[in-house]
Amino acid sequence: MTTPVLSIRNLSVEIPTRGGVVKPVDGVSYDIAKGEILGVVGESGAGKSMAGNAVIGLLNPPAHISAGEIWLNGTRIDPLQGEAMRRLRGKEIGMIFQDPLTSLNPLLTIGDQLAETILTHLPVSRSEAEKRAVAALEEVGIPGAAERIDSYPHEFSGGMRQRVVIALALCAEPSLVIADEPTTALDVSVQAQIIALLKRLCRERGTAVMLITHDMGVIAETADRVAVMYAGRLAELGDVRDVLTAPQHPYTHGLMASTPLASLGQRRLHQIPGSMPRLTQMPDGCAFHPRCPQAQDKCRQAPSPDLADGRASCWFPMMAEAAE
Amino acid sequence: MNAYVSVKALTRIFDVSKPWLNRIIERRQKAFLTAVSEVDFQIEERTTYALVGESGSGKSTIGRMLVGLLRPSDGEVEVEGVNLATETNADKVAEVRSNIQMIFQDPYASLNPRWRVRDIIAEPVAARGGETEGLAERLLQQVGLHASDAGKYPHEFSGGQRQRICIARALASEPKLIVCDEPTSALDVSVQAQVLNLMSDLKDDLGLTYLLITHDLTVVRHMADRIGVLYLGRLVEEADPKVLFETPKHPYTQMLLDAAPRTDGFGREVEPSQGEIPDPINPPSGCAFHPRCPIATDLCRCDRPVQRKIGDTVVACHHAT
Repeated sequence: MTTPVLSIRNLSVEIPTRGGVVKPVDGVSYDIAKGEILGVVGESGAGKSMAGNAVIGLLNPPAHISAGEIWLNGTRIDPLQGEAMRRLRGKEIGMIFQDPLTSLNPLLTIGDQLAETILTHLPVSRSEAEKRAVAALEEVGIPGAAERIDSYPHEFSGGMRQRVVIALALCAEPSLVIADEPTTALDVSVQAQIIALLKRLCRERGTAVMLITHDMGVIAETADRVAVMYAGRLAELGDVRDVLTAPQHPYTHGLMASTPLASLGQRRLHQIPGSMPRLTQMPDGCAFHPRCPQAQDKCRQAPSPDLADGRASCWFPMMAEAAE
Repeated sequence: MNAYVSVKALTRIFDVSKPWLNRIIERRQKAFLTAVSEVDFQIEERTTYALVGESGSGKSTIGRMLVGLLRPSDGEVEVEGVNLATETNADKVAEVRSNIQMIFQDPYASLNPRWRVRDIIAEPVAARGGETEGLAERLLQQVGLHASDAGKYPHEFSGGQRQRICIARALASEPKLIVCDEPTSALDVSVQAQVLNLMSDLKDDLGLTYLLITHDLTVVRHMADRIGVLYLGRLVEEADPKVLFETPKHPYTQMLLDAAPRTDGFGREVEPSQGEIPDPINPPSGCAFHPRCPIATDLCRCDRPVQRKIGDTVVACHHAT
């Protein structure tokens, strides 16, 4: 078995607050292989973005990694600080954020921004970097790339800006791309274009992708495997088709059932009662038990089991025949 | 069945010109943005009419004109047979107005953070001098919260609970029509299901009529009785949900349905359509969709298609069959 591109082991992130320490990410482990797209899905506050930020070293203090290890291509990267992390960021790990307007510098032309990234990370001359910048823009499907290289971000539409951001993330040829809600700010038709682009580029280059989103449809169409997060913990991890069609964790099951498509023709949607607990008021035992239809005493007392010996972090996983 | 809301040739043009001095110095013309262009539709009583479209399609502008937050540039909106923009009888206007309420997208921005929930909910009634004793408590229970929540402030609630408070406020004046502008777009999936179920229940219990404005096709399919698809301020197709989703007639509707990600679309490879919504200040000639349309001809580039009826579907396309 080859080493995975990214390997996260028991990662925990803590934020000290006046009301005590909260854990937005709590003992999360997953791997991403070369050329694989791992979908990380969950509702707001589930810790999915926080885990991505921990990998690329962009946690805002006082948030910090309190336990666990992050390995990138066989090298441990979580202890890296300052300059060492900066060299890794952009070179080995590319990042695509939700809002393309705020992730581009409005005062620099997109050509300058691309060339700067290339020059920082690759041993090439200025003119070679500019040539590569044009090539990168062509690759992400920006028409007239050679002319538009001197344009500023505000001269592009939302979809085109997100293409520029993808070009920026991929121009130093990273082995891992973290895409944090890359299409949430975009319209449906543009979203389809961006998703198709991301899939094509990663397949061609063998880039590993961590796709963070709340949209189950995007996950189903894009990801190879999916990690479902709830209240900072991994609820379920597995092949996307298995997890989405035959979920074992009651939370995944509820999430899938509450999408309007699943209840097509029914008058009412399936609903999960309540909402995700606040980080300061985490229940004892399994974090999902107050909302879980099949919670038992064990769930209220013991924290949910680790994923190591199963697909779902649940004391009573739903088996195919039990799930409707 | 009679039409509760009737919208005829509704048009809204915004003046987006630069200030006059800039126009003289930079030798620029006045610029106008046509947000809504000759839209017709009717909403039957006790039904849900959904307007779908991408950003810039004018769906929110129509909603705002319906509740009277914006005045139409041309055309008319009739609610209960009264044209609110031109009616001169103030009593009549006030009566119809009190039957219309609105729910906004962002439950964080649409509640005054300095007011208690009780005052927020009672305000639509208090503003007209009505009796508000116990009103907030009763409505809170109706939307699935506790009566004791009335003394709290908005920040003490989660997003889904806040949207319930917004719904309670909209119900306070006992409206007949509620305009819901992206009511669940800011909410998570599991909370969205709760709010949509609440909206369906209230519609049945209170006999409400909804205008649902959203970009989410799955929500529309679940909630709507009739759907209007907007593109660049024009109504391109109107049909019942089953018909629209199974046999979309307009190429834009087809594209939209094709592009929407599906939870059962494992490994689906879509060939996405090219291009984006054009600039509404300089819309394309003829049919606004022609630059992106796979079946566009010269006719589409010159003539704007009129609405035609095909079966139960109303479609504005030269080539739809």
